[in-house]
Amino acid sequence: MQELSKQLTERFPFLSARPSADHPAVNCPQDNVLELLRTLRDEDGYQMLMDVTAIDHYEASPRFEVVYHLFHLERGGYLRIATPCEGDSNPICQSVTELWPAADWHERETYDMFGISFRGHPDLRRILMWDEYPFYPLRKEFPLAGEEVELPAPDFVEQTGGVRVEKAPMMGGPFHSGQKGPMSAREPRADDESWTEVKKRGSDLEGEDDKPREFRPTRT
Amino acid sequence: MAVKEVSIGDITARNSEAEAEFKGDQMVINMGPSHPATHGVLRLKVELNGETVTKCEPVVGYLHRGDEKIAENMTYNQFIPYTDRLDYLGPIHNNVTFALAVEKLIGIELPPRCQAIRLICCELARLQSHLLGCGVYGMDTGALTVFMYTFTEREKLYTLMEQLTGARFTTSYTRIGGLARDIPEGWLGNVLKVINEMEPVVDEIDKLLSRNKIFYDRTVGVGVLSKEDAIAYGLTGPNLRASGVAMDLRKDEPYLGYEQYDFDVPIGTNGDCYDRWLVRLEEIRQSIRILRQAIDKMPDGPWYAEDAKKIFAPRKDKIMTSMEELIQNFMLVTEGPQVPAGEVYFEAENPKGALGFYIVSKGGGVPYRMKIRSPSFCNLSALPKMCLGHMVADLPVILGSLDFVLGECDR
Repeated sequence: MQELSKQLTERFPFLSARPSADHPAVNCPQDNVLELLRTLRDEDGYQMLMDVTAIDHYEASPRFEVVYHLFHLERGGYLRIATPCEGDSNPICQSVTELWPAADWHERETYDMFGISFRGHPDLRRILMWDEYPFYPLRKEFPLAGEEVELPAPDFVEQTGGVRVEKAPMMGGPFHSGQKGPMSAREPRADDESWTEVKKRGSDLEGEDDKPREFRPTRT
Repeated sequence: MAVKEVSIGDITARNSEAEAEFKGDQMVINMGPSHPATHGVLRLKVELNGETVTKCEPVVGYLHRGDEKIAENMTYNQFIPYTDRLDYLGPIHNNVTFALAVEKLIGIELPPRCQAIRLICCELARLQSHLLGCGVYGMDTGALTVFMYTFTEREKLYTLMEQLTGARFTTSYTRIGGLARDIPEGWLGNVLKVINEMEPVVDEIDKLLSRNKIFYDRTVGVGVLSKEDAIAYGLTGPNLRASGVAMDLRKDEPYLGYEQYDFDVPIGTNGDCYDRWLVRLEEIRQSIRILRQAIDKMPDGPWYAEDAKKIFAPRKDKIMTSMEELIQNFMLVTEGPQVPAGEVYFEAENPKGALGFYIVSKGGGVPYRMKIRSPSFCNLSALPKMCLGHMVADLPVILGSLDFVLGECDR
């Protein structure tokens, strides 16, 4: 294990060995990471990118480190490569999506959780949190209990008068089917039909109806 | 008679309009997040040309609970119940994988009996997961009967789990360095009875579906993922093997003594939905084979590593009588178990694929950073590639064949 990381550091002078409790591991400068991973994939047989993630070292600088785990398909065995990000408050890292499409979602997740921008990523958006979410939850300064944020749908907030916890608008479940009436009326649908294509929802009818709408089944 | 003039307008413009109408726009539909075919809270933004899928974008995260953040704030043993909620269709395997990862960080050697019990748990979890996967997959293709067969068998497995752990789903059975308790008396006999009953049922569902014309037509050549693509997208587990890559961590990176057991790794050739079905079905049979061997040569001895007791669990009866254990217990309660600094990445062959834990420890009782590499997340990322050009009715089939679980995908 130590042998392999030693071999690598001899072959690529820009690498430095990284302490590790299990697999061979190296530190790689930001500028060389794409080139290194390409060589490892094409020449050394590390064909699979198993994981991309980041570590927040908080008060240290460089603050963020991106960590890759590669897997050798023929003989087994992992390899860990870590690279520091440029910038501490707005970290930037080189994207490896051009080498592995698998990196696409992993990098999106890392961006979502740590706010690391990946240079060259084709579609860098949040993936687990919603698009408007303003924080990066896995940064160390983010509290475990979370931060109060605006609900993603402002029209809904208006309806509830700012109350955060509300009954789900689709009472009876989205696939509830009524047992009475003609067959055509028994098609599964949301019980809450307070708005449809014809009957616009509250936010579309500004000024027409000031009363807050109640959520109740309209079908009898 | 007055003639009313009717303008027919510009003929060419009208023709082109008609043509546009004939061709139609791309229609965007939402599948999910609450849709029976998406097996959980997955949403697909599908762009359709007629009935052909031209673009498919999975939207995940509806079940995100921040497990990685939670892990940074609790001791290692406290996190075990959270691992139940990752792949909740074979929860006990997550317990085992997590425990193995932490044990690797600490450097604990497990006694053989503990390894064998954990191995049985892993294979039972694989059976649970695959039985559900195969049954629901049948349902997705319109064959409801298979579901009834597999669920009957799966239920027996959960009864086994209840006997072993006291819970059907939220097993939380492992501890760092061992298990919550030894196996109850007569339990191995029960396992043997259940798998003996299961074997003919597997043959039966094989007969029901594998040569069924409708099933065959719906799955062969659908959702093909080539070997190269499967590797590039980081697919693991049965989905990767169906694409023809012989990667099984039980063989490549043996843990829990898998190298002592005789079993085959089924490999697909075409990487289509049909191959994924066959691979899963064969894996059920191989798991039964492993279970038989494991029950046969179940070793005696301790089921908790002695080293781990020093770190995690002093003996209860000694705490009140022995000074050393009392002090140790006090330290454990006040400061948590002391784990050395370092980083490990451990992956095990979970039913859904390679579940990995990357743990960065700076010493002390809680991990500094823990990343969960979930197989379902990676497998789903290949979905846009797989359903391109297929009919919208093929989507449930492709989704069913991928056999993902959103609890693990969203973490």
